[in-house]
Amino acid sequence: MDNQKHAISVRGLTKKFGSFTAVNGISFEVKNGELFGFLGPNGAGKTTTIKMLTTLLQKTVGSARIGGHDISTQQNEVRKGIGIVFQDPSLDDKLTGRENLDFHGMLYGMPRAERYRRIDQILDLIELRDKQDVLIENYSGGMKRRLEIGRGLLHEPEVLFLDEPTIGLDAQTRRKIWDYIRKLNKEHHITIMLTTHYIEEADYLCDRVAFVDHGKIVALNTPNALKDSIGGDVISLEFSGNADAMGKRLKTAQWVKGVTMHDSYMDLSVRNGEQRIPEVMAIAAKEGVKILSVNLHKPSLEDVFIHYTGKAIREEEAGSADRMRLAMRSRNR
Amino acid sequence: MDVNAIYVLWLREVKRFLRSKARIIGTIIMPVFFLLGLGFGFNSLVKIPGVGNYIQYIVPGIVGMTILFVGVFSGFQVIWDRQFGFLKEIMVTPNSRISITLGRIAGGATTAMIPSLLVLLLSLGIGFAPTVSLPLLYLIPFLILIGVCFISLGLIISSFVNDPQAFSAIVNFFTFPLLFLSGAIFPLGVFPSSVQYVGYFNPLTYGVDGVRYALTGASANPVLLDLLAIFVASVLLVALAAYATKRSES
Repeated sequence: MDNQKHAISVRGLTKKFGSFTAVNGISFEVKNGELFGFLGPNGAGKTTTIKMLTTLLQKTVGSARIGGHDISTQQNEVRKGIGIVFQDPSLDDKLTGRENLDFHGMLYGMPRAERYRRIDQILDLIELRDKQDVLIENYSGGMKRRLEIGRGLLHEPEVLFLDEPTIGLDAQTRRKIWDYIRKLNKEHHITIMLTTHYIEEADYLCDRVAFVDHGKIVALNTPNALKDSIGGDVISLEFSGNADAMGKRLKTAQWVKGVTMHDSYMDLSVRNGEQRIPEVMAIAAKEGVKILSVNLHKPSLEDVFIHYTGKAIREEEAGSADRMRLAMRSRNR
Repeated sequence: MDVNAIYVLWLREVKRFLRSKARIIGTIIMPVFFLLGLGFGFNSLVKIPGVGNYIQYIVPGIVGMTILFVGVFSGFQVIWDRQFGFLKEIMVTPNSRISITLGRIAGGATTAMIPSLLVLLLSLGIGFAPTVSLPLLYLIPFLILIGVCFISLGLIISSFVNDPQAFSAIVNFFTFPLLFLSGAIFPLGVFPSSVQYVGYFNPLTYGVDGVRYALTGASANPVLLDLLAIFVASVLLVALAAYATKRSES
């Protein structure tokens, strides 16, 4: 069996709400120790997938195993082995940070001595020890998020699920949360599956990324391989005079995957573009072409996403959803 | 059965309750108004046969009413937890749904006793006098069982309703008929006999009668019948609440 290698394995998982199919027959595997990302716009089915994998929602069709346990028939075993940080806040506002952790530990049946030892460790890790006795209603957004991540780790799960871990946080706090997530994965060897609609988040954090759109996985690979799959880097040259000879010569070069020319511009598809620029300049000099400007464009995951789905993950749309969520949070307080 | 989960949910409820002074005051305001308004209003006009003056009659009723209101409204916490996301945190832990329900009921029954005892203390100040030597002997079991019944009812309602406003409306629809058809404010005997029968299916009827026996020694039914009736009602309502929670959260 591949249980040893795979922390999560999913086969044809489907969720229907009435006639609407939220998740449509997805299959994937997450290796032990991997940081795996689900990237897609709001409403793509990311949270529904997480809810099924964490036993909060019954699947319609398909199967999935977490740490070798079936999500439908071994719910309790699955629950013991996972930690989860939900998209929406899920702390008890009227309790202190330490109490939230302590209750969590008790709900997982941790004996008192072990619980206290772990709580101290976690509070140090998330740097909230000096705030442990403050009520959650007096925490900042970033502190709450850190505490939730810490809580998800308290019972030492094998797999940690993070549903939109940095949604609604400012850029600085987001950066800090990213560093925690990285540290957990690289230093503490925790398998992590996260969902996000932030391109940079997936690019910066994930070993492998699955693009999700309309409940389906449309592409799955490492961020670099995904970028390469749409042609790699593009060097754009602006020149004066005739560059036909130079273009021909470049077309024959092994490291050039494509050349397009229009007016006084030339685009070259290459790998590792920054290393190729000096060579291109040398060829231009030999052919007597005067280069006016050079521009290197490295494809972003956004470009790749557009390539596979025909649309951008609209940051603006996400932004307004975030604002609404924040407004809800402060109103509910 | 997961004892840890029961304990955690009980402890959470108690801590939250004790930390919120506004909530404690809020839970006793309505019963105190009933007590002062009806108690003073009718005391000089009404004598209840077998009990004496009206204050002696209504105080046990108001004590029961306090638990009824606090209990049913504790279902609100579930809706709150659902909205705040804390419910998911509980549901994703490896604990059975029934332990989670039992923990909530235990916590609610404990906290509902606090305002009801406060109301009882206040009533001593307006002339209520317990006439038995050991009032707490029967009082505490009855208070707990009334709490268990109506917290379960609150949980059952909360399993159908997501909207806080709708919850309040539905709860009011239940609580006032339950109150008036229980003998808490006036004896069931004032109603036509067909309406009286409805009162016999109301757990609060037996709860209030038991509290009245515990405090004044006078009751419509033998106290052991009251105890048995409200115990059976508790068991049924807890089972229904456990089922309703499991159905709505799985």
